[in-house]
Amino acid sequence: MSNIIEIKQLHKSFVSEKGEVEALRDVSLEIAKNDIYGIIGLSGAGKSTLVRCMNLLERPTSGEVIVNGRSLTELNDRELRKERRKIGMIVQHFNLLMQRNVVDNVAFPLEIAGKKKKEARKKALEYLEAVGLSDKANAYPSQLSGGQKQRVAIARVLASKPEILLCDEATSALDPQTTKSILTLLKQINEKYGITIVVITHEMSVIQEICSHVAVLEHGVLVESGSTEEIFRSPKTAEARKLVFSGSEHIYEMTSGRIVRISFNGTNAYEPTLGNIILETKTPVNILYANTKTATGNAEGQMFIGLPTDEAKAEKIIGYFKEKGLNPEEVSADAFAAGNIDDN
Amino acid sequence: MLSQQEILMIIEGLRDTIIIVGFSTFFGYLLGMPLGIILAVTDKGGIKPNVVVYKILDLVTNILRSFPFIILLVVLIPLTRAIVGKSYGIGATIVPLVFAAAPFIGRMVESSLKEVDKGVVEAAQSLGAGNLTIVFKVLLAEARTSLLVGATIAFGTILGYSAMAGAVGGGGLGSIAIRYGYNRFQPQILWPSVIILILLVQLFQILGMRISKKLDRRK
Repeated sequence: MSNIIEIKQLHKSFVSEKGEVEALRDVSLEIAKNDIYGIIGLSGAGKSTLVRCMNLLERPTSGEVIVNGRSLTELNDRELRKERRKIGMIVQHFNLLMQRNVVDNVAFPLEIAGKKKKEARKKALEYLEAVGLSDKANAYPSQLSGGQKQRVAIARVLASKPEILLCDEATSALDPQTTKSILTLLKQINEKYGITIVVITHEMSVIQEICSHVAVLEHGVLVESGSTEEIFRSPKTAEARKLVFSGSEHIYEMTSGRIVRISFNGTNAYEPTLGNIILETKTPVNILYANTKTATGNAEGQMFIGLPTDEAKAEKIIGYFKEKGLNPEEVSADAFAAGNIDDN
Repeated sequence: MLSQQEILMIIEGLRDTIIIVGFSTFFGYLLGMPLGIILAVTDKGGIKPNVVVYKILDLVTNILRSFPFIILLVVLIPLTRAIVGKSYGIGATIVPLVFAAAPFIGRMVESSLKEVDKGVVEAAQSLGAGNLTIVFKVLLAEARTSLLVGATIAFGTILGYSAMAGAVGGGGLGSIAIRYGYNRFQPQILWPSVIILILLVQLFQILGMRISKKLDRRK
């Protein structure tokens, strides 16, 4: 079977003083084995709740969570514990045992699995090696940097030999460079151990970096999902746009004219498209915002172009973009108004 | 100056105090530790919430904690007699002290365990750890410095209670200070007894803090 995780009509509500709060509404998704699947949304969108339903740290109000063909909600405590060992999780704040040194932290899941202390430690050292931290084996978590702590957490999770790794904002407390190195490590793990990875994040760049598929969550509803390439090229919903446009929110303030967004895919990212367009239309175009990157091997990117006020020239430019397959989309002020919402 | 007999009495008092406080602390933890663990585990945010168990233990703990020690001492006389065979002497002091100390210790253990980061407990759960593993390898292990600080406090409190042991002929420095120093106006006995008690508390406080600091790997 190709889907390792299937979520069907998942609902989750919490009872609070103000009444019932629906955190997830009718969420269904499928995650293929060996995939790196991203779930993106702003704070409060229900991402963490969703990922915590995947290992049943949170019990769904209704709906099904099927992992490896087994419905988790139907398992008893003992079976669930066994199943959980196959579903690792790393989080923003690492959650290491602060009173244990690094190697004993990594040995912890092996102890749970009933290994002898000495053997567990030996195995733990191998996993530390795999995340490049064998020199810190005897250090305590408090002596490590954020990136190193996350590496320990990853080694610890690897030691439980998971088939799935859930990453709940795993890089959100890290600086961009460390984030990159952790993401690279995750990618290696995905390839080397064949572990399916689910990445929860509020940062589009994280999705871009490692995810091949992505689901967009807004107010507990899964509004859009598909391949990362697809979503980046043509986000259909307001929420997806908001995330894809992230970083370019303020361009609307830079011009009062029309703005068109063009997107590149792997095939045309290297062409001197803009140079050509200027030569051809004899009209200077204004690049308001540009962001290109390599996403899962393909050059992906977008640019926001301020169109000339001359309607005829503007149309000509749009026509040219269309011809080149750049999916020009006129960006309305509304999309940016939505994008201006603070995403912290 | 103190006579040789008085010095001997104070030394014996010190010995009795150590015996009384030592045994009471030990048995207090024997009861208080599981109590605290069960309270922490069964409370709302615990790893196995159980309203009924929590409420009952919570109530019993509060009731025992509300008793003035001297009253508890009297109320428990039948139980004391059943356990140690008589209602006076060192043994008879230890029984009510244990019952006064256990709920206090239980509360302290409970609060120490609740300080452990919920995320760490969750991480253990996500790694497939069972509740017993979590109690011993996560909660107690991670809270060890806080537990030790708690033990230091418990020791001081029990030492304070033990002064009332004189009421049932229990002996110990506190009781000597009250009987000879206070009731008989003998400051030359009162002050040495009190000073030794102060030194004892100081010693354990410093020792407890040192050990807990040494065991703390968080910084």
